[in-house]
Amino acid sequence: MHKIIKKEALTPEIKLYVVDAPLIATKVRPGQFVVLRLHEQGERIPLTVADFDRDEGTITLVVAEIGKTTKEMGTLDEGDGILDVVGPLGKATHIENYGTVACVGGGIGIAPVFPIARALKAAGNRVVSIIGARCKDILILEDWMKGASSELHVTTDDGSYGIHGFVTQQMEKLIGEGYKFDFAVGIGPVPMMKAFAGVTRRHNIKSIVSLNPIMIDGTGMCGVCRVEVDGKTRFACVDGPEFDAHLVDYDLLLSRQTTYLKEEKQALERFEKCGGDCGKHE
Amino acid sequence: MSENKPGRKGSEPRQEMPRQDPMVRRTNFDEVALGYSAEQAVAEAQRCLRCKKPFCVSGCPVEIDIPGFVTAIAEGDFDGAARKLKEKNALPAVCGRVCPQEDQCEKYCVLGKKWEPLAIGRLERFAADWEAKQGRMSVPETAPPTGRKVGVVGSGPAGLTVAADLALLGHEVTIFEALHAPGGVLVYGIPEFRLPKSIVAREVEFIEKLGVKVEVDFVVGATRTIGELMNEEGYDAIFIGTGAGLPYFMNIPGENLNGVYSANEFLTRSNLMKAFRFPEYDTPVKVGKTVAVVGGGNVAMDSVRTAMRLGAENVYCVYRRSRAEMPAREEEIENALEEGMILKELHNPVRIIDDGNGWVKQIECIKMKLGEPDASGRRRPVPIEGSEFTIDVDVVVIAIGQGPNPLVPSTTEGLETNKWGNIMADAETGLTSLEGVYAGGDIVTGAATVILAMGAGRKAARAIHEYLMSKGQA
Repeated sequence: MHKIIKKEALTPEIKLYVVDAPLIATKVRPGQFVVLRLHEQGERIPLTVADFDRDEGTITLVVAEIGKTTKEMGTLDEGDGILDVVGPLGKATHIENYGTVACVGGGIGIAPVFPIARALKAAGNRVVSIIGARCKDILILEDWMKGASSELHVTTDDGSYGIHGFVTQQMEKLIGEGYKFDFAVGIGPVPMMKAFAGVTRRHNIKSIVSLNPIMIDGTGMCGVCRVEVDGKTRFACVDGPEFDAHLVDYDLLLSRQTTYLKEEKQALERFEKCGGDCGKHE
Repeated sequence: MSENKPGRKGSEPRQEMPRQDPMVRRTNFDEVALGYSAEQAVAEAQRCLRCKKPFCVSGCPVEIDIPGFVTAIAEGDFDGAARKLKEKNALPAVCGRVCPQEDQCEKYCVLGKKWEPLAIGRLERFAADWEAKQGRMSVPETAPPTGRKVGVVGSGPAGLTVAADLALLGHEVTIFEALHAPGGVLVYGIPEFRLPKSIVAREVEFIEKLGVKVEVDFVVGATRTIGELMNEEGYDAIFIGTGAGLPYFMNIPGENLNGVYSANEFLTRSNLMKAFRFPEYDTPVKVGKTVAVVGGGNVAMDSVRTAMRLGAENVYCVYRRSRAEMPAREEEIENALEEGMILKELHNPVRIIDDGNGWVKQIECIKMKLGEPDASGRRRPVPIEGSEFTIDVDVVVIAIGQGPNPLVPSTTEGLETNKWGNIMADAETGLTSLEGVYAGGDIVTGAATVILAMGAGRKAARAIHEYLMSKGQA
């Protein structure tokens, strides 16, 4: 059982959790993820680690409440426990001094970008971060990203805050203004990562994305997380989750993410009908 | 050979195993084989010739005293039978269910020469279940603590056996399991209807009673490496029993479509995650109306029978050789056929066709014929040109085998593997290329059976004990 030490609502539907997980906290590196299961009837879901405190033995998870499990997690309070948290899984981000790097985060993807940006900055890079959300109210971790970056650009799709437009448009604009990026990281919704790959391909920038397919064990045993990279099937859990942005088949990833849309809807409706008790007490 | 008159004793027919009716059982996840009654068990046990030289024992990878426990059953001493089994086998209720006895102990039974061999597996199961039903759990006495620490990676059959053997010898044993429940393939792979999970839980509880600590959610190679366990956490020896946890695919077009599962995923969803109870349990699984399972081994049979129980109406088994070459146990093939499996022998999938929306629609197969024997001794399947045709399916399950999971080898410097990625280990001791590091089971041999993994665990435990004792007092 892993105790929730701190819980904070970043927006009404995005929550931050600081979770007691000393074994993981001492080992985890930027880019890695954990798999968690809330309770005995729960499913296993992967979550990228947004931050960690090796001394306190905690990891920080930022969770968007989009499905049954993430919404149910939102009903937990500080002091409550999560039954299983396993990790750190996946390969860590390769960190080196590239020169100038772009760290691009869209929506909930800002959370996993944060530790990577911080590590790249610590390695001596000039970190130009571009983060964005649909609108001002759902933009997260702006302060964190300010601290982790040499320069921060913020966009909103509707123009309610910062620059009006998408993160990828802002990146294109910066390149047009003469920014030279030696490396770029892009994490966010699949369409955003696909657009990000388009920008970096056009400008011949070496770049990576972090993929978020469905997972179960997270150790390469089940193969549900298979993605196609450079025409080859790879397991995102052990071969990734980060891959060369230019080589990923984003359409396949998007399609595979929808496999259980019907069941996810059914589970969510059932959960909302019984006010959060159905999963635990049957 | 026998003190009894030959030609009489043992000639009685083998006691039939009561089973659920096929048409009933294909709709539920309850155990198919129901087990002997006490009367049946005694009657069957009395068929044993009590050979002075019991060939059956030489067919058992863990050297169970078969005449010993069978005699106890024949005499009505069921507790004694259970104790006898546990002297050599920490998992009798599991082995009594899933061992291929027809290729092991029962193959060598003298009765089988003239009549039917003694039903050793069913008797093993009976004794173990009988003890469980009484709510008793006999725990053998363990040797005084040696002060030596052993880490066991993986809680499948090999790991559980090593752990039990070493705990009995007085070592401090911790099992590290990557998943949230111990048992390895016994919980994620083998379905409830063949091996109820409550039985696995009970066998694990027995091992814990011997003093073994089980750490779930601990991925060796990620949470801690073997080097860290030995150098920083004080483990004197490590046993790697991580199994065949890497699903193979066929590398044919369409394999990444929605609705295509590896058998590992399909079975894990149903068994470990209890998708058959969705939405009460959160994890879903798809079957639709028609399922094609590709492969002819035990995992394929488990997938076929799971698909039926999840509600599929038509379940095909697509196998590239003929039924005679199918590696699954005959009993499992028969069970599946009785339940309605449609066997497409001598068929090989060449591609999976989509519905235009990213989902499986059809599987295209080519007909095969048998050619000359290959390296495995089985006749090589050869495609018949121009014989391609399609089957409409909603779901495809690929059950063509599993390889070694690279997580441990890739994070353990100096640990040698062969070209398939299996860990190189001495056949007699399980010793790897690293001092103090042993391995056994599927991670060494490639996908095989529960009992072979247990046999490897038994040998490794002996070698680890000798190694630890040679290091002197801790």
